[in-house]
Amino acid sequence: MSMVDVQPDASGMTMAPPPRKRVLAGWQIFTFGVIAVVGVLALTSYLTGEPALTSSSTMQNTVTLGLPILLCGLGGIWSERSGMINIGLEGMMILGTWGAAFGGYHWGPWMAVVTGMICGALGGALHAVATVTFGVNHIVSGVAINLLGAGVTKYLSTLIFQPLSDNPRDSPPIEQFDTFSAPGLADWLAGLEKQQRVIISDVAGLLRGLVTRVSPMLIIAILLVVATYFVLWRTRFGLRLRSCGENPVAAESLGVNVYFHKYVAVIISGALAGIGGAALVLGSSPSIYQEGQTANRGFIGLAAMIFGNWRPGGTLVGAGLFGYADGLRLSATPAAVHALLYAAVIVAGLLVIFQLFRRKWTTAALAAVAAVAVYAFYYATDELPEQFLPYMPHIITLIVLALAAQRLRPPAADGLPYRRGEGD
Amino acid sequence: MIARLRSSLVAPVLAVVFAAVFCALVLILSGANPASALGAMIGQVFEGQVAVDIVNSTAIYMLAALAAAIGFQMNLLNIGIEGQYRVGAVVAAIVGGAITLPPVLHWLVILLVAALAGAAWVALPALLKVTRGVHEVLSTIMMNAIAFGLAAYLISTDQFGILTGNNITTKPIPESGQVPGIDLGSKGTVFGLVFLAVIAAAVYGVVMNRTRFGFELKASGLSPTAAVAGGVNAKKMIVVSLLVSGAIAGLVGMPEILGRDHAYTLNFAAGYGFAGIGIALLGRNHPVGIAFGSLLWAFLEKAKGALDNEGVPREIATIMQGSIVLSVVVAYEIVKRVELAAEQRRVGQATGAAVEPSGEVAK
Repeated sequence: MSMVDVQPDASGMTMAPPPRKRVLAGWQIFTFGVIAVVGVLALTSYLTGEPALTSSSTMQNTVTLGLPILLCGLGGIWSERSGMINIGLEGMMILGTWGAAFGGYHWGPWMAVVTGMICGALGGALHAVATVTFGVNHIVSGVAINLLGAGVTKYLSTLIFQPLSDNPRDSPPIEQFDTFSAPGLADWLAGLEKQQRVIISDVAGLLRGLVTRVSPMLIIAILLVVATYFVLWRTRFGLRLRSCGENPVAAESLGVNVYFHKYVAVIISGALAGIGGAALVLGSSPSIYQEGQTANRGFIGLAAMIFGNWRPGGTLVGAGLFGYADGLRLSATPAAVHALLYAAVIVAGLLVIFQLFRRKWTTAALAAVAAVAVYAFYYATDELPEQFLPYMPHIITLIVLALAAQRLRPPAADGLPYRRGEGD
Repeated sequence: MIARLRSSLVAPVLAVVFAAVFCALVLILSGANPASALGAMIGQVFEGQVAVDIVNSTAIYMLAALAAAIGFQMNLLNIGIEGQYRVGAVVAAIVGGAITLPPVLHWLVILLVAALAGAAWVALPALLKVTRGVHEVLSTIMMNAIAFGLAAYLISTDQFGILTGNNITTKPIPESGQVPGIDLGSKGTVFGLVFLAVIAAAVYGVVMNRTRFGFELKASGLSPTAAVAGGVNAKKMIVVSLLVSGAIAGLVGMPEILGRDHAYTLNFAAGYGFAGIGIALLGRNHPVGIAFGSLLWAFLEKAKGALDNEGVPREIATIMQGSIVLSVVVAYEIVKRVELAAEQRRVGQATGAAVEPSGEVAK
């Protein structure tokens, strides 16, 4: 999915035009982003009087619903950084949900993660065989794997789960992870949250959601984010893997085994999507596999990856945002969700100021028009049509793509066919 | 001619055979007899309304596959057929139920509305692609999901939905807007719009092979740079072909709505879009290939009910469909490589023989 403009990033890959010096390092942008998101939410919560926006239960739902998206997004990073588009994440995730339910039913939650991972990796291996060895169009293969993943799990579920649960569409419930809370910290934060003080209570609420009833899944996912960053950007193997995604012919000429790296990347990608499936099974209550459970979360994971500009930190923010939109729907009233429009107005307002500062008059004017329009809509309505709420991530992604497609920087050879020895 | 036919048939036949063997293995591993399962499925065709159902579904799949094929012809992957046919169906059902017109005109207008709505749903991805460089796969995936939300919103009882029993439907389309079918009594009714699919396939074949538009479309697919050099407006071709693809996709729901349901209901079928993509790949974007692919798909889909009596989960049919798609694309690549290698050998032999008469090649 190569988008025209080639912009340098901080990944250390030097491109032909001299890289424009980035003012801020990656982690600074990440921190700034998190602070901005929390700030906007706290401000909205204060101005609209909707404490649910920053309550700890909302945050817990965000974590539960964001984890599968995050893991799929990480899977997307691995695969696409090696130049392989992976639309099949959804199918691999479905395989992962089945595997997790199977392993979890027999051997408990830790094995659920492992079997989910293995099933997802099998899907990834299939994608790798089709695309790397046989040179099939990546998207076509991905679509086929989505069909196949859904079919295989339905078949296996009827065959294996039906005798156990009397329902071909459900697995029997599996054992959940023991969760733990940080005792002193959580209580202190709970106290702060109850005081309903501006900003402080909001931050306390969000933090409390992060430290109460923490599932090991969250720890696993955070470790995987760090590991993804470290392996892909700080090791020789990762540099080689990314070089396959930027310019496989050049990588080949330097002696990199491109097929091997692509295979590893796509299989790991499937494994991560499979863990995402396991996170979905373990995060639902009761913890079961259900037909249609993934509900396009694989695609949302892909969207989070694009939102995050094919980088782990950004993907984390994207997954958090999409998980938040999903989680708020569960834990809050429709009015609280409606208040998100207000947040959108604030974001657009900030954008106006930022663009005026940069002297981009047209963009600033456009952002101002958008802010006024959204505010008018917010003022005129009481609730968002609830049917659209589940699709917020998709709408946000479309807006991000429309506004920022030229600023995003996918791997240069992402999705392009490659055959050993055919470079020119 | 025969050689050409053979080379285009090898891959799909290989793929179907491979998928069948794979599914047979799956069945054996899960303790079922593949031969009796296949026998039961074939036997099912002659039971009740199954044969007519297969014909009706074939038409629906053909429309979806034609929509996908138009995009494929110029390397555009319209993954959004799924959403486009849903939007087309719900909008057309609402409009069809709201207006009254003389019989034939009424359903012609409904068809037009469906096509326009389908095209409208792909307009945003098309525009984003040519103005902002957003890949159509990403935007259409997002539009697919949003289509579900839009349909759910439009048929909610606050908007255009009517609660009937425990189902929500749009206002029924009056008789003037219904397309009469061919009533075969106990065998069921063949949708009148089956002929729409046949006509669409024929028009598609003629347009692709006999018109300038078809030529430019295929040229853009084979070599965008060459097409541009030849005076093709690349952006215009992208927008036009996506819109046409979306318009045809908009029609996919029509045979069922105008021929059977007469309204958009909560039970409206999902999955035709992705099936269409698979069938277009299987049929290699050729109208006849698409017709056969659709027939195979419809057979698997409608005859799988017989498997329940055999103690085989009916989802084996879905596995079969998925493995056909994956193996057919792999088979095409293999056949392409084998043919390329054979070509190179031929050229090598011919030129090698001329250059070095005493060389190894000449022996």
